Amino acid sequence: MQNPYLPYPVRIEEIITETEDKNLKTFKLVFLNPDDEKKFNYSAGQFAELSIAGKGEIPIGIASSPTEKGFLMFTVNKVGLVTSHLHNMKVGDVMGVRGPLGNWYPWDIMEGKHVVIIGGGFAFTTLRSSIIYMLDPTNRAKFKDIHVVYGARTPGMLLYRDELAEWEKRDDIHMHITVDATDDPDWKYNIGFVPTITDQKAPPGNVETYAIVCGPPIMIKFTQPVLDKLDYAHDHIIMSLEMRMKCGIGFCGRCNIGKEFVCKDGPVFTLDQLNHMPKEY
Amino acid sequence: MKVIKIDKNDWTEGLERSSKTFRLFGPAKQDEFHIFKELGKGELPDLNLQNTRLSPRSVVYPQSEKMFKFTIDENQEDHHILKEIQKDDSPRAIIGIRPCDAKAFLLVKRNFDTPEYQDPYWIKSYQAATLVGYACNFPCSTCFCTTAGCGPFHEEGLDILLVDVDNYYLAKTITEKGERLLAAAGWDTEADADAASDPIKTMQRAAEEKIIAWVTTDKLKDKDTTTLFDASFWEDVAFACINCGTCTYVCPTCWCFDIQDETHGLSGIRMRNWDSCMYPLFTFHGSGHNPRDTKTQRVRQRFMHKLKYYVDKYDNGIQCVGCGRCIRLCPVNIDIRKVCGLMNSFEL
Repeated sequence: MQNPYLPYPVRIEEIITETEDKNLKTFKLVFLNPDDEKKFNYSAGQFAELSIAGKGEIPIGIASSPTEKGFLMFTVNKVGLVTSHLHNMKVGDVMGVRGPLGNWYPWDIMEGKHVVIIGGGFAFTTLRSSIIYMLDPTNRAKFKDIHVVYGARTPGMLLYRDELAEWEKRDDIHMHITVDATDDPDWKYNIGFVPTITDQKAPPGNVETYAIVCGPPIMIKFTQPVLDKLDYAHDHIIMSLEMRMKCGIGFCGRCNIGKEFVCKDGPVFTLDQLNHMPKEY
Repeated sequence: MKVIKIDKNDWTEGLERSSKTFRLFGPAKQDEFHIFKELGKGELPDLNLQNTRLSPRSVVYPQSEKMFKFTIDENQEDHHILKEIQKDDSPRAIIGIRPCDAKAFLLVKRNFDTPEYQDPYWIKSYQAATLVGYACNFPCSTCFCTTAGCGPFHEEGLDILLVDVDNYYLAKTITEKGERLLAAAGWDTEADADAASDPIKTMQRAAEEKIIAWVTTDKLKDKDTTTLFDASFWEDVAFACINCGTCTYVCPTCWCFDIQDETHGLSGIRMRNWDSCMYPLFTFHGSGHNPRDTKTQRVRQRFMHKLKYYVDKYDNGIQCVGCGRCIRLCPVNIDIRKVCGLMNSFEL
């Protein structure tokens, strides 16, 4: 019997400080045993438990794309015991990864459709995974127009800034980067909250269009009326939830919303599904 | 089905013989109350009881359990890599488990043994156990097993059912596991199964008639989840609750757990401990947000899980066997039978 609690050992290969407040770092991890990488077969939208011996585990969305081989990438906000310890770790340190866990964005359903990605703050990690996945030459033809609305408080709080700039230059993805405010005279993108920019830039909803929305509760709250106005059906609005988790496999009992476990039946739900679940998240 | 007659004079000797191949667990009196524990050499299960105060779930699923070990000594080659811990999964027999508590393991199994994932600790430990049930001739006043999918002579989940008849026990062998235990004990006096079935049935009827408490669960499945969730009675139900967690601690069907790392010097373990939905930290996010911040939300979660979410998820009844422990031990008299009634009859 395989032990689903046993993490794969990994080594930290690279650490990138993402934001100007230094609270978000990206960790590039490499499997110690190459065979483990083959077993870690994931889709964009899934998460994993990062495990640090002596400290514990944290559930974190996978920021790398399944099309990127040889490593996994996680962007971690410093909030508690494990994340604070992780932020102090060095390149070369050994830790563990357990997963992949949870479901993923419905790539089979979205094939042949327009995809609108709406993200805010540091909830952009599995969205980065999704963009890299869709832009991969073997996948790009499977999707129609791709729009990305991504906002942060300031330019320095945006994740993956180099990649954002590269995507801006491409003609097969429509980028709508925005910040709440900035006094940077060189800022050449949008200024305004994500819901406002969504209203201005996102294509109208129809059966051919899916929106993936990830962000802080306040952004989600004000984006939903905009999507309603743009005529997005609730089963075409896809969301990813966060919960406190321990086991990540539906056993330990804490991350449920009604009868669904966010770790195993989620974290990805359509708004239509959430409408039929208790409002307890 | 074979029925073995065990003369009470052969009881001690048989248990001693079986202890050569089985670790024996049974009820024992600790201070004023009975608990389930591993029986020492020569120690007999104390069957002079209605039921133990804590359920026997810890025999299969310990309150604290080591999962992995590791070293954080960077001079060691395998530092910070988790290693599995060898477990004792040798055969064990739980003597004198009540039918409700045995059935509870089947309810919990649905959580730990799924098509996608299997919990190796729980499953191996459960598979190692032979459950020797002890039919209830004297149920408690709070028992409501007969309307909770169980009963005082219920056999589901048991390997053997012992029926106490004067100076002997009748042992109904339910599974091959049960047969192996009887063989190891050397109890082989076969009773005429047909002749034994009448007195057993009579005793069963008498026991069932003593159970006067009940729940009605017939409408739970068809209720709308969010309607029940938003029902007006939760504030009232939770009003007196002090979130002590006793109900979840004594329950044979509760399974929630926490995972924690502990280090001592340079070596450490990852362990799991029983947890409870009654505690605010259970769902407390790193961000400070807590989806079940108030005690009413937590009390609602406990009842909704047992009486609605579980019913919907598995379509196999409620997550309760009617043992009545949470009713007997709740310091503020919250009663699952009453709450079940409120939920079952709730109309907007």
